[in-house]
Amino acid sequence: MPAYSTSVGMEVHAELLTESKMFCRCPVAFGGEPNTRVCPVCLGLPGALPVPNRVAVEFVVRAALALNCTIARHSVFHRKNYFYPDLPKGYQISQYGDTNPIGTNGWLDIEGTTGSKRVRIRRVHLEEDTGKLMHLPGGGSGVDFNRAGLPLMEIVTDFPPDIESPEDAREYLVALRQTLLYLGVCDGKMEQGSLRCEPNISVRSAGSETFGTKTELKNLNSFRSVQQGILFEVRRQIAILDSGQTVRQETRGWNEDNETSFLMRTKESEMDYRYFPDPDLVPITFSDARIEAIRADLPELPAARARRYREVLGLSALDTSVLTAEPATAEFFEATIAQGADPKPACNWITQELAKLANEAGLPLAETKITPRHVSDVVRLTGSGQISGKTAKEIFAEAFRTGDLPGALVEARGATQIHDAEAIRRWCREAIEANPGPVEKFRAGQEGVIGFLVGQVMRASGGRANAQKVQEIMRGELGGG
Amino acid sequence: MSLTELTAAELSAKLRSRDVSAPEIARVHLDRIAERDAEIGAFLSVEPELTLAQAENAQRMLDRGEGGRLTGVPVALKDNLSTVGTPTTCASLILEGYRPPFDATAVALLRAAGAVFVGKTNLDEFAMGTSTENSVFGSTRNPWDLTRSPGGSSGGSAAAVCDHMAPLALGSDTGGSIRQPAALCGIVGFKPTYGRVSRYGLVAFASSLDQIGPLGRNVEDAALLAHAISGHDPTDSTSLPDSQIDLSGLKGGALRGLRLAAPRELFGEACHPGVRECVLSAVDRLRAEGAEVAEISLPSIDYGVTTYYIIAPAEASSNLARFDGLRYGPRLEGEGHVGTVAATRGRLFGHEVKARIMIGTYALSAGYYDAYYVRAQQVRARMTAEFEHAFGEFDVIVSPTSPVVAFPLGELSHDPLALKMLDLCTIPANMGGFPAISLPCGLSEGLPVGLQIVGPIRGDERVLQIAYAVERALAG
Repeated sequence: MPAYSTSVGMEVHAELLTESKMFCRCPVAFGGEPNTRVCPVCLGLPGALPVPNRVAVEFVVRAALALNCTIARHSVFHRKNYFYPDLPKGYQISQYGDTNPIGTNGWLDIEGTTGSKRVRIRRVHLEEDTGKLMHLPGGGSGVDFNRAGLPLMEIVTDFPPDIESPEDAREYLVALRQTLLYLGVCDGKMEQGSLRCEPNISVRSAGSETFGTKTELKNLNSFRSVQQGILFEVRRQIAILDSGQTVRQETRGWNEDNETSFLMRTKESEMDYRYFPDPDLVPITFSDARIEAIRADLPELPAARARRYREVLGLSALDTSVLTAEPATAEFFEATIAQGADPKPACNWITQELAKLANEAGLPLAETKITPRHVSDVVRLTGSGQISGKTAKEIFAEAFRTGDLPGALVEARGATQIHDAEAIRRWCREAIEANPGPVEKFRAGQEGVIGFLVGQVMRASGGRANAQKVQEIMRGELGGG
Repeated sequence: MSLTELTAAELSAKLRSRDVSAPEIARVHLDRIAERDAEIGAFLSVEPELTLAQAENAQRMLDRGEGGRLTGVPVALKDNLSTVGTPTTCASLILEGYRPPFDATAVALLRAAGAVFVGKTNLDEFAMGTSTENSVFGSTRNPWDLTRSPGGSSGGSAAAVCDHMAPLALGSDTGGSIRQPAALCGIVGFKPTYGRVSRYGLVAFASSLDQIGPLGRNVEDAALLAHAISGHDPTDSTSLPDSQIDLSGLKGGALRGLRLAAPRELFGEACHPGVRECVLSAVDRLRAEGAEVAEISLPSIDYGVTTYYIIAPAEASSNLARFDGLRYGPRLEGEGHVGTVAATRGRLFGHEVKARIMIGTYALSAGYYDAYYVRAQQVRARMTAEFEHAFGEFDVIVSPTSPVVAFPLGELSHDPLALKMLDLCTIPANMGGFPAISLPCGLSEGLPVGLQIVGPIRGDERVLQIAYAVERALAG
């Protein structure tokens, strides 16, 4: 059986987090009653005219700069003409051409299966979203135009493709989503369709110069389905080639339930979209000063932040990747250490206890009652030995429920650790007296049983005795006979 | 003398001096329409109750001492201008029953100013034509001779103003659709600089060429209406930042020392001898009044019609794609989505509209785009540059508006090429976005001839001022 190489081109559509639509003032939101966020412009009524959303344009410039693109000094909107029920004007306003899109010729570095990898990006452009076809409860189909006219950024990788495996495709999407989230230009909710990925996939005999026929895959609603879907397509194409047949150029849909792809349409002839500059719109122009001002305003991007966490804060690669995955987590961490908390324990509290509690409660980090102040508080209390690790977890869980600060909770329940040697010695003696068997064993050389005896003291003290001190005193008492 | 014979400026004066009320003025015009329009066919819809209600509202404004020079003055609207709640058909079956939920900006400005709308006027379907014969509701007739065309596509507006059914009307001009019918009906029609009047709510034919403008029986009336509808509109991206067209200098111009250019390409063979003579004798009168007139050559004019008939249909093919029967207008069911769209568009668009959609689709197709659309845009740029160069030396360019006088209905409807050649003189102003006006300059064979004056971009005030002086000179 011959070996095959895989090539994956990625076309990603990101809905921009603007307040209003791309060419009208209708609000941008998810869900809701169909056709409640519409106006003459986004419904394409006769005579209605588009006016570009400046924030959307700026968002695309931000993204294009973060993706290392060249920014066009002069960029025009084109009309992409075709008939479809979800397309109210009979054309989509988009950006055509090799150098016309707002951003061209960029790249994104990813941690691929074979190490660090640079994925070249051909274009980053701005267009409007279409409406959404839906089946009506009483039969037939309808169109919801709430989504029509939403600002949509399209990011397309370069050819020949740099992505050569399903894992790398997933990694690219993860890194791209993370970047967009850091820039605050997209919420990246794949399940809601605000980030959509349409990979095109081809395989060819290893070593062959010519690329195989590609298929395009749609309906991928999660990172997992992107990886699974591409893997399925690769295997399907290889099976076709192995059986001596040829792959047909087609658009296929991904069926999440049975994890297979199905034929949507064959691309026998190339669609002629009759692109031409939209005469209703004037060209967008950018000065160098404007571009540099936007560049200077870019936030620290995920890769730079991860490097700082590793190299400056000394966090592990794993900790770093968990902390930086979502900008909300990273911002929370930043705020926590800004309050003076040690980075390592702060990281542990955020990525372990807080993540676990939030997950159990089904809440995103930002919606829990825990603030960076809570975390820095608990880090301080444990760091100074004021409370034991076990108590700290209890206190933290209570803080999660009530929103009270750990320091206040410790005060309230008198949970401060007991360091008083006399009190501890009294509990040690009681434990020795009550447990002659283990004491015998310890003296016979089984030192491990000291843990049992210490545990008795901890129980007697309600968990408040300083464990290290108990250990010391217990040894003294046992040794002293 | 009937109130319908008065100009808008005269009516306005009478309203302010309380000689007459706005409802009275509205009623005499509605009566005139009822009496005359069965013969002329200028209007597609008239809703007297709405008109009278508007007139009463205008009168209340006047009574409160509010309003401006158009308050209480009747205006007819071409039926491709969106009017909230009332039919806007574009003279097409495909918009039957459609009532826009919004006013075009120009309409909204007039409504706010207290103007009184007397009805929506006939046009060539989607403004595609030069005779108003391409209307599914039938041709409009020229009041000068009912067997002749009023020109087009704003033929209904021109005939309404000409026949005193309204002192003023709005039209739209993509290749001459205001100026040519104004010329053929012996009235004044003005196309402002592209972008000085918002296109918002004008059902688009060719977006880069379309411009809304006024028709009136004299220059002052047209200027009053131009003033009222102009100004920056943030809902139209192509709207200029300029303020309203300023009328303060309208009557202050003189012909003495004015530098007029007459391009020989517009006085040549394509021009009917009677029209040429009439325009040349008018130009002689201007020279006698002290204007300097020079014959110049603008060679790219010869390519104007060809170029226009690539660009305009290309844009139209895309602009008219939204009429698919799914969201508004009638729907004819067919096999699946494509079948429904094909049935709806195939049967509800008229012949000329379908022909232009096909030409435009072809011109934008892969493999032809560079040879047709891109090339046409290059010629357009060159033509614009030639005109701009001329404006460096001359104040305005003068020519006939139409190479012919009003032609008999039906005479040219089977000769689309001859019909399109009629746009020769008017097309360049749309290509370059220049302001241009047509005003009557005499008769040929007993029918009116129009003189066209074209000025540089943003020279609207100057063009109106010169037209006003020319009008007085020719009357004197």
